[in-house]
Amino acid sequence: MTHSATGSVLIQHEVGLHARPSVKLTQLAKTFRSKIEFGLSPEGPWVDAKSIVKVMGSKTPKGAVLHFQAQGEDAQSAVQALIDLIERDFEPAS
Amino acid sequence: MASGPLVRLEGGVRASRGASSPAVEHKAIDVAIASAQEALTLLCDQSGDEQAASILAFQLALLDDDEIVRPTHEGIDTAQSADLAWQRVMDALIEDYRRSQEPYFRERAADLCDLRDRVLDVLHGGIEQAIPAGAIVLAEDFAPSRFLTVDWKGGGLVLRHGGTTGHVAILARSRGVPMLVGVDLEGVVASGEALLDAHEGLLVFEPDAAEREEFDRRRAAYAEQARADSRQLSVEARTSGGERVRVMINVAQPEELDGIDPQHVDGIGLVRTEFLFHGRDRLPGEEEQYSVYRHIAEWANGRPVTIRTLDAGGDKPIPGLTRGHESNPFLGVRGVRLSLHHPGVLMVQLRAIVRAAVHGNIKIMVPMITLPDELAQCRAMLAQAVRELSIGGVSAQAPALGMMVEVPAAALAIEAFDADFYSIGSNDLLQYLMAASRDEPELAALAAPGPAFWRVLRELASHGAAASREVSLCGDVASDTRHVPELLRCGLRTLSVAPASLAAIKAAVRRG
Repeated sequence: MTHSATGSVLIQHEVGLHARPSVKLTQLAKTFRSKIEFGLSPEGPWVDAKSIVKVMGSKTPKGAVLHFQAQGEDAQSAVQALIDLIERDFEPAS
Repeated sequence: MASGPLVRLEGGVRASRGASSPAVEHKAIDVAIASAQEALTLLCDQSGDEQAASILAFQLALLDDDEIVRPTHEGIDTAQSADLAWQRVMDALIEDYRRSQEPYFRERAADLCDLRDRVLDVLHGGIEQAIPAGAIVLAEDFAPSRFLTVDWKGGGLVLRHGGTTGHVAILARSRGVPMLVGVDLEGVVASGEALLDAHEGLLVFEPDAAEREEFDRRRAAYAEQARADSRQLSVEARTSGGERVRVMINVAQPEELDGIDPQHVDGIGLVRTEFLFHGRDRLPGEEEQYSVYRHIAEWANGRPVTIRTLDAGGDKPIPGLTRGHESNPFLGVRGVRLSLHHPGVLMVQLRAIVRAAVHGNIKIMVPMITLPDELAQCRAMLAQAVRELSIGGVSAQAPALGMMVEVPAAALAIEAFDADFYSIGSNDLLQYLMAASRDEPELAALAAPGPAFWRVLRELASHGAAASREVSLCGDVASDTRHVPELLRCGLRTLSVAPASLAAIKAAVRRG
């Protein structure tokens, strides 16, 4: 059975998805088995959240809304964890 | 003098790996990426600096990205060599970043280039393995950290650029490695044997029997001279007229002292402290500096040790401290100018020095002094350092405070400076006086000591004698036996030289 999950979050980080936030995002995404993508609109186009090249290539600015979609057994927790990361502005969980 | 196999280091244009089977190339790129990951992880752990760690983490993330690794393997599948496939993938990405509208992404292109080259270096056989022991190395430029990893015994170094190699030149001199700088390597096909005579500035490719014989004859003569000189190493130097001349050594790395008998020197005329700041991502703290200075002072065992405060800038950049984009770094924020912009860094150094001064005969010398007020500011900070340590119950002692005389404006108005001693920095003084870089081969005739230089030296020495303040000279002029007679005629009686030149300079003084 395939699980899927979606969710969206506003990027408030000062510079948008630059190197440091992108590294943190891909590092976290890679800890999940699910296929995880995001788009700047709910219809895509979709960016592989585990690829630093693609994430940086999205040139996501501050104020953009990221729409996540994930497929796989841990899809739900993956989307939640990534949204949490962005909401706490890429700082480590306290 | 050196003779050995030529090794040409390629910068920019790289040698290709040549064709091999795809299986071998797949394996090669995997190994190279793993090796780069290992090195970056190590650097990342050691950086201790969030900025540096985040740059390295970005590079590590790239190495771990299938969007880079997969197309590289696909390139290999189309019969490309591993290095070519990797380079194409990275170059496409770099080009993408360079063309970006946003400055942020254009700047990240440098990180991608760094990563591309790191993996290419592994694919091309690794940095350290590329230089066999005793080779004569030809290169455009050379990093100090790399210099230290090479076994130079019998070999030598020939460089095109002097710009950033000032530090390499210092290391080469102190270790007695023959080196030529400013040699045009264009069109040189490096193969076979070569002879290098740094005394005469000669590099002979594929020598014939006669050239080799002449080289061996000169080498034997130098060796004989060196043996004769070193027999007198333990005897203090006096001129033919019986006047005592102090011959001290310059030290760039504390390890250099290991092979030197302190009884053979009259002190350390110059401790370059840049070594503490180089090749690291964080400035050294007070405790670390204190223990190094104390170690040097104790080695000297009562003989004077002149510690120069950080002389960064010019040809000695320090990441995070010196300014990256000065249009003319030699006339920019360097030496004391930089230290006074970073009083916190200077204060840490002064505190470490005054604590070490309790354990030996330490003096402090400040580089690039141009105006009396700069020295006055340093003197006030020195007093503050001693005061604060004493209040905290830490033993400290204010040493003599001197200045390096290397800016012509300071040399020509020397009586205006309240310095306890003067140390002439001949390298910069000469290039500032002549308005000629020492690194440009075409300007060699201009950058040599001449009447104006000797005149400044005479006036400094006579001011020192009148004011009863010591005047010494460190720098390359003092380490060259040909200049010793003129230095003595100028009235100088204290010279500080590269350790490898100690015996020769003492002998030259006696012949004087």
